[in-house]
Amino acid sequence: MGAKHFGASVKRLEDPALLAGRGRFVDDIKLPGILHACFVRSPHAHALIRAIDGGPAMEMPGVHAVLATADLPEPMDRMPIPMLTPNPAIAVARTQTVLARDEVCYVGQPIAVVVADSRYIAEDAAAAVIVEYDVLAAVGDCRAGIADGAPRAHSDLDTNIIARFPSAYGDVDAAFAGAAHVFQEVLWQHRGGGMAMETRAVLASHDPASDMLTVWSGTQTPHLGRGTLGDLLARNIESIRMIAPDVGGGFGPKAIFYPEEAAIPAAALKLGRPVKWIEDRREHFLCATQERDQYWDTAIAVDADGKILGVRGTMLHDSGAFVPWGVIMPYIAAVTVPGPYVVPAYSLETVVVLTNKVATTPVRGAGRPQAVFAMERLMDRVARELSLDRAEVRRRNFIQPEQMPYPVGLLFRDGKPLVYDSGDYPKAQQAALDLAGYDGFRERQRAARDQGRLIGIGIGNYVEGTGLGPFEGVTVRVLPSGKVAVATGATNQGQGTRTTLSQIVAEQVGCRIEDIVMTTGDTGAIAQGVGAFASRQAVNAGCSAQIAGQAVRQRIVALAARALGVDGADIDLEDGNAVATTGNKPMIPFGELARLAQGIPGVSLPAGQAAGLEHTAYYAPTQAAYCSGTHVVEVEVDHMTGGVKVISYAVAHDSGRVINPLIVDGQVQGGVAHGIGNALLEWMQYDANAQPLTTTFADYLLPMATDVPTCAIAHVETVNPLNPLGVKGAGEGGTIPAPAAIISAIEDALSPFNVHFAETPLMPERIVAALRAAGAYEKMLA
Amino acid sequence: MAKQATRITVNGKSHARVVESRLTLADFLRHELGLTGTHLGCEHGVCGACTVLVDGRSARSCLMFAVQANGCEVTTVEGLTPDGGLSALQQAFMDNHGLQCGFCTPGMLITLTELLRDNADPTEQEIREALTGNLCRCTGYAGIVKAALDAAQRLRGGSGA
Repeated sequence: MGAKHFGASVKRLEDPALLAGRGRFVDDIKLPGILHACFVRSPHAHALIRAIDGGPAMEMPGVHAVLATADLPEPMDRMPIPMLTPNPAIAVARTQTVLARDEVCYVGQPIAVVVADSRYIAEDAAAAVIVEYDVLAAVGDCRAGIADGAPRAHSDLDTNIIARFPSAYGDVDAAFAGAAHVFQEVLWQHRGGGMAMETRAVLASHDPASDMLTVWSGTQTPHLGRGTLGDLLARNIESIRMIAPDVGGGFGPKAIFYPEEAAIPAAALKLGRPVKWIEDRREHFLCATQERDQYWDTAIAVDADGKILGVRGTMLHDSGAFVPWGVIMPYIAAVTVPGPYVVPAYSLETVVVLTNKVATTPVRGAGRPQAVFAMERLMDRVARELSLDRAEVRRRNFIQPEQMPYPVGLLFRDGKPLVYDSGDYPKAQQAALDLAGYDGFRERQRAARDQGRLIGIGIGNYVEGTGLGPFEGVTVRVLPSGKVAVATGATNQGQGTRTTLSQIVAEQVGCRIEDIVMTTGDTGAIAQGVGAFASRQAVNAGCSAQIAGQAVRQRIVALAARALGVDGADIDLEDGNAVATTGNKPMIPFGELARLAQGIPGVSLPAGQAAGLEHTAYYAPTQAAYCSGTHVVEVEVDHMTGGVKVISYAVAHDSGRVINPLIVDGQVQGGVAHGIGNALLEWMQYDANAQPLTTTFADYLLPMATDVPTCAIAHVETVNPLNPLGVKGAGEGGTIPAPAAIISAIEDALSPFNVHFAETPLMPERIVAALRAAGAYEKMLA
Repeated sequence: MAKQATRITVNGKSHARVVESRLTLADFLRHELGLTGTHLGCEHGVCGACTVLVDGRSARSCLMFAVQANGCEVTTVEGLTPDGGLSALQQAFMDNHGLQCGFCTPGMLITLTELLRDNADPTEQEIREALTGNLCRCTGYAGIVKAALDAAQRLRGGSGA
């Protein structure tokens, strides 16, 4: 019965509890004696702390503690949060301490934590903590930050440039020197956030009897978090258990370790009572990491037929005030540019700059939307200048499927040569064009224009390195009850991790999917883990589930053969029973086998029999898995208001073999929604002094149900030859090319007026301003 | 802090409590009554995760004080859920992948319960407009809209999609 799970649209096992209001998010967990925390945060983007007076706050009824950095345990009181992603290009690996010591470098940086009987009292008391500051000049823009005489984001550093690195191969100067055409594009992308619907959340409780410190955190990476917390507390990690229970969305920002994940456990240890902190949305806007501020100056060299000869440029990346995730994001951006195209020579100089804003770390896409925007804007430019169809220009430059595996010539962020494992880019583009009705579009466009409507179509192609290592683990264990326990360090913020891993295990082990008892994201359940980022869990945890499931299957078969007195080859595993296919077809349930596998106390196990029906696999991929795809989007632009409506959206997506089409389609659709937000709506704005200006959902707009059409999705499956499941990641591809395709479509809609755009998000006022500058309104009236 | 005696009927059960005047209805439901199905995503009335029915009309429980619901009948996601199973709308969410992380879902269910009560045969556009008060970051709404259409059909006695 094996094939019934893998590849099927199995309904999600997560759903019944979540639909009934019985989810268990951090704030749903109640512990006796619980206290509530609120943080005192910097109102300044850059300031020295002169004094902190918690006295008035401590006098308020119901307040238990006001802790500043000096009140934290060693070494947390002075140790910067460890940075887990080193890179030799980083000149100063600046990360923040848990509570600020004597300088604050972004608005919202935590300075003290107040613990009280209720959140209401804690907020009152936090407002009563008096902090004296000497305000310093702030770096509000990375372009200004590299100018001579610019203020410095950290007063002890003599530069704001924290890293500078080249990404290059081939002779780019020769390519440009010999080119028929050279075109330049200057581009920029603004900050947005992950904006998970559940804000961050931490609950910590110390049990003195076992000396176990248990921390529930709305994190994507509990195992990494436990390790970091162990470092900051100088505590044995075996005495720390970190659990990511139900988590209401991740999208990247919940992958890094935050100060609150250390301060709350420290407060719980100090007070001997459980302490909970639930971030409010304003704090999320201020303190949860963000992404996408980059400034690109790029150029493309092509021959007379539009074939690429080289791409070169520079890119300025705003890292914010710290580098908690190193330079991963600008690095990924820099090496993602060539994408699905043959680019014979490439050179990009990346400069990473500190500013006095909250740090940037990966948000769904992680540098790739910017890179794809750069490359696709260049491709559109070539098409326009050479009067070629935009799809045709791309077609002429695609890497062909027979060129796989294709070495790009760069090193990827996994430390391995960037070699595309598989993919069929021409086929994917054609599939998306067909879904979008591309061939009939010009006629639709003419008809619409006759009615006074401006519609346009845009294309975005991408290749994404997914499934990054180092590893993920899965334990499969048959229990004496007949249930199958599965434990993994992979986590679940909505991706359906429990369902997809259950599909794989059920298929391998031969049990019913509903008999699987899954524990995700709990350091108490499996020794090692990494977590959710880089669209990595289907590859890493999925393959571990496959390997562990196969190993347990072999043990079940061997034991059943012995118990039933038949040959192993004559055993079928079905619905939690081992069934002999010969004789009178005796059978034995898994539960009974699990008891046999535990042996008899004091009696030696039979030769060749291992202890228990259990196996743990830690699959470690040899390199990234390169998924790819094409988006084709049709938009209508209201030339008077600048409003953009996405009319239809087609996606051809190659994430290798699809474990669950329902879930993969959901990932693509959700990713596209995020991309629509990035393209049209979401802009985390700051003033010149790095003061955040958009700190509510009324100022910072997320896509609504009326903004996001239902996508037409085609799966172009090219099997990944490098892992046993043949899979690639699926979590971010929906977002990555969306801004490129949408801006392209807007430009196409407005082509009668010859306006061009180089930024995301593209706000209505910018569209109107561009039309006005192009004389469009005079033209319309004429 | 001033306290007031308050009686609120939640999911058909009457609860009398003396609460601080500033206690939000959402916190009352979650922390006083332990009905943690109602979620808080923004606490400023935009995301809609905290949506409940107050006397049959959808309301943001983050923007109401508990004392303002004195004497009212409140329905939360727990009250939409039949014993030992799922409602037609909940089942349609499961069948059409109408949820991922599940955090916004209770608010979505409440909003759509009101819509389907008042309009048994909504168009896709009517559903989308009804949902503009509820943000979802995971799904891109497609599964939610499909689930609402499917549930409407089931509730009208059709076979469902």
